[in-house]
Amino acid sequence: MYQTIYHRPSSVDEAVSLFAKGSEAKFLAGGQTLLPVMKQRLASPSDVIDLGKIKELQGVELSGDVLTIKAGTTYFDIMQNADVKKAIPAIAYLTSVLGDPAVRYRGTIGGSIANNDPAADYPAALLALGATVKTNTRSIAAEDFFQGLFTTALEDGEIITAVSFPVPAKAGYEKMRHPASRFALTAVFVAQMKSGEIRVAATGASQSGVMRVPAIETALKANWSPAAIDGVSISASNLLADIHGTAEYRANLIKVMAQRAVAAAS
Amino acid sequence: MGVEGIGARVVRKEDKRFITGKGRYVDDIKLQGMTHAHFIRSPHAHARVKGIDSSAALKMPGVVAVLTGQEIVDDKVGNLICGWAITSKDGSPMKMGAWPAMAPETVRFVGQAVAVVIAESKNLARDAAEAVVVSYEELPAVADVHAAIKSGAPQLHPEAPGNQVYDWVIGDEGATDAAFAKAANVVKLDVTNNRLAPNAMEPRAAIADYDAAEEHFTLYTTSQNPHVARLVLSAFYNIAPEHKLRVIAPDVGGGFGSKIFIYPEEMVALWASKKVGRPVKWTGDRTEAFLTDAHGRDHVTHAEMAFDANNKITGLKVKTYANFGAYMSLFSSSVPTYLYATLLSGQYNIPAIHAEVVGVYTNTTPVDAYRGAGRPEASYLIERLMETAARQLNVDPAALRRTNFITQFPHQTPVIMAYDTGDFNASLDAAMKAIDYAGFAARKAKAKADGKLRGIGVSCYIEACGIAPSKAVGSLGAGVGLWESAEVRVNPVGTIEILTGSHSHGQGHETTFCQLVAERLGVPISQVSIVHGDTDKVQFGMGTYGSRSAAVGLTAILKAMEKMESKAKKIAAHALEASEGDIVIENGEFKVAGTDKAIAFPMVALAAYTAHNLPDGMEPGLKESAFYDPTNFTFPAGAYICELEVDPGTGKTSFVNFVAADDFGRLINPMIVEGQVHGGLAQGIGQALLEHAIYDASGQPVTASFMDYSMPRADDLPSFNLSHTTTLCPGNPLGIKGCGEAGAIGASAAVINAITDAIGKNNLEMPATPDRVWRTIHAA
Repeated sequence: MYQTIYHRPSSVDEAVSLFAKGSEAKFLAGGQTLLPVMKQRLASPSDVIDLGKIKELQGVELSGDVLTIKAGTTYFDIMQNADVKKAIPAIAYLTSVLGDPAVRYRGTIGGSIANNDPAADYPAALLALGATVKTNTRSIAAEDFFQGLFTTALEDGEIITAVSFPVPAKAGYEKMRHPASRFALTAVFVAQMKSGEIRVAATGASQSGVMRVPAIETALKANWSPAAIDGVSISASNLLADIHGTAEYRANLIKVMAQRAVAAAS
Repeated sequence: MGVEGIGARVVRKEDKRFITGKGRYVDDIKLQGMTHAHFIRSPHAHARVKGIDSSAALKMPGVVAVLTGQEIVDDKVGNLICGWAITSKDGSPMKMGAWPAMAPETVRFVGQAVAVVIAESKNLARDAAEAVVVSYEELPAVADVHAAIKSGAPQLHPEAPGNQVYDWVIGDEGATDAAFAKAANVVKLDVTNNRLAPNAMEPRAAIADYDAAEEHFTLYTTSQNPHVARLVLSAFYNIAPEHKLRVIAPDVGGGFGSKIFIYPEEMVALWASKKVGRPVKWTGDRTEAFLTDAHGRDHVTHAEMAFDANNKITGLKVKTYANFGAYMSLFSSSVPTYLYATLLSGQYNIPAIHAEVVGVYTNTTPVDAYRGAGRPEASYLIERLMETAARQLNVDPAALRRTNFITQFPHQTPVIMAYDTGDFNASLDAAMKAIDYAGFAARKAKAKADGKLRGIGVSCYIEACGIAPSKAVGSLGAGVGLWESAEVRVNPVGTIEILTGSHSHGQGHETTFCQLVAERLGVPISQVSIVHGDTDKVQFGMGTYGSRSAAVGLTAILKAMEKMESKAKKIAAHALEASEGDIVIENGEFKVAGTDKAIAFPMVALAAYTAHNLPDGMEPGLKESAFYDPTNFTFPAGAYICELEVDPGTGKTSFVNFVAADDFGRLINPMIVEGQVHGGLAQGIGQALLEHAIYDASGQPVTASFMDYSMPRADDLPSFNLSHTTTLCPGNPLGIKGCGEAGAIGASAAVINAITDAIGKNNLEMPATPDRVWRTIHAA
């Protein structure tokens, strides 16, 4: 690790002003990506601004049909939270299969979506549920927030403060775990919104990161059942291929995971 | 058996320090004035080193020195050696290129060191390393064994034309051809035994400390065999004569074979500590472990097995290409030859065997012994062949094995080994009963109704362990003898120190070795300590590998104990005014048999040291040593059966049951034996389902971190159902066979046999990843 200056602000405003003062500052959330990258000397921020002690970034609120998870809430706390389990159990489940216990004690939802790893779990939930990303300056629809591999709509120095999820009628998540990293080799989040809209998102599959799967959405709109997806054809072009899974395999997984997510949806 | 004697499930003495963080590993050691080394490693698989500019680095704060490959060559530090000479079928010796500790001219694998920075801290050394400019001229590289032997392939070493190290044969080709000519059926199989990265929990590390006044070196290192390290460093690398070099291997966090070898980093640390006049420490990180710890396996094999009309095997032909990587590591040459092809008879009567092994250089990390070392490759091949044969001949796989089992012992195979004892039917019976083999068909049908593909796979392995008789291995080309030494020191107060050449790096020797003492003397194990891992303390030792510590190392302790007991009995008899022949040892006392006359062991010890009243002519003291050289290998064997389900939608494998019935001879501590089997099975299953060290065509490693290299985790594994059948090994007085490698040797075939049974297709390579299984299911 290269030398850096560590800061621990107690408010979002303080964090923003510290960021402005640093020459190449980085926000630190749970540190599950930034710290390993720094240890490998692949990142050398001048300043590391730890958001972990900011109280306003912690907690979960359920208000009517909106579940709001503050950005600094750890996976473990999300997984255990009664409101999350009640309102959107698919999110509690997704969190329980994310990483391993050590990762879940440290990692945060804000850190995950800010990094936008193409195989991360949360982006699928945000996109499928049509969530809204709240920052210190604005609200961004999930659709607009994720902009490709490791790329988001966030401006320099902008801090995610919370994610608001509309509570769906039904939602489900199924994941084929990457055998080594335990990210998603391919995972699918399906949601039937209270409006009747069907939204399906896949992560770990596409070369351009988390994506909607319109063919499956159409099939499920006609008939919300695993069997409805049998006849759907998913193209392998533009899908990721590596030593753990060919593009054809990932295309198959999109279908199979979607079917199982529908079966598991509640 | 006492509560702490042979056969007792004694809790491990060493665990208190390990689980409370009090272990003392090399990296925990800090010496006065210590400097830190960081190696500059090649990013290229094959390149010429055109120049190294360290001028900027030398000006950086805290930098003590930047040393290069040319300097280590100029100082006449020896090249790394390969310690087992193999002769090709044309009579020529194996062909090896030189392996300098740091490359002066040419790098041949990614991660090979070209220079080292010595600095005041680890971070400063790393900072300075980034300022060292190494210019390379890239050369064409080759990573795949078949590509490497093609004409026109990039050549690694001028000494080895065609990248061929040797072309070695064993067995009777004429008799084997004759068997195939008369065969009723021939079964053919191509298999790849995937390359593995060993990944001990503790990465390798070294601290070298040169004392200029005494011209004496001390090396703290992560070694499975510190005396062998000292021997090699002295005799071949020109570091220092043995009496001027102390090697200490303190607590070592796992080895699995990878810490047998003497690596460039220890050599460089020793050389550099003399050059800079200060202690030099190097601790590898995980990336360096992936790049530079000797890898395991990596065979490509074609095999054919001949059967007569009664399904009896009549012949076996094998041709194997073994990928050695870029250099010949210390014992690499022996792994695909004498540790592999000599086990190709498996548990079966095979009248004629012929095997040919071609050793090949590639631009990859060197390959050497890894848990099992040659025997997993042999066992996997034979057990995949038996399963393939059963399918082709349409007979039950267990029944086909029984038809061919060796049942008379001793049994001389056509490939050197003379199996001393065993009962292969007994272990197969135990495994089949444990898994309810008879009820499998019904379970498979039920799984099918649930949309799952269920399969069962058998693997009957045999291994040659307790390596080995020195005379025998010497005749086969080994550069060392493979005996073991021990010393029993009884202190004047009756406590006992056992000094052993068997290093413990996870095996639990500090407990099991004490149990032998408890068994013989009836003293509590708290009165006994085990000393190992320091060449200044222990007289000599060949170290721990090849499942040899109990069969060879513990027998050496037994021999020393017998000498000590003999003297102690004389002292006791003298004190009790009895005849030596009437003295018996019970519960920590020396008694006159049939009387109530007794003297406690500590009093015997005290008498030996006060020497006030010893038998005439007896020397004072109570300390004996022994060297033990076995008469044969030992032959642990067993039957593993795996039952699993494959999800046809994803290709994912889920275990239903895994049973292991092993014959290890006598067990000293069944709990520790079970732990060894659990670990071995995890590695065998890891190889079958998860692990694979992969290089791209240009020799770049693509699995150099745990984000890409799949290490088995607890939730990847089933609960294991273990049992033991026992035939005592006649080759050593304790009847021990060894248990350290069995799981890794037998498990892989059971898993692949089960998956291929489940999916109804026989051709499936390891690791059977979900993607690969899914594609195999759906292949036309």
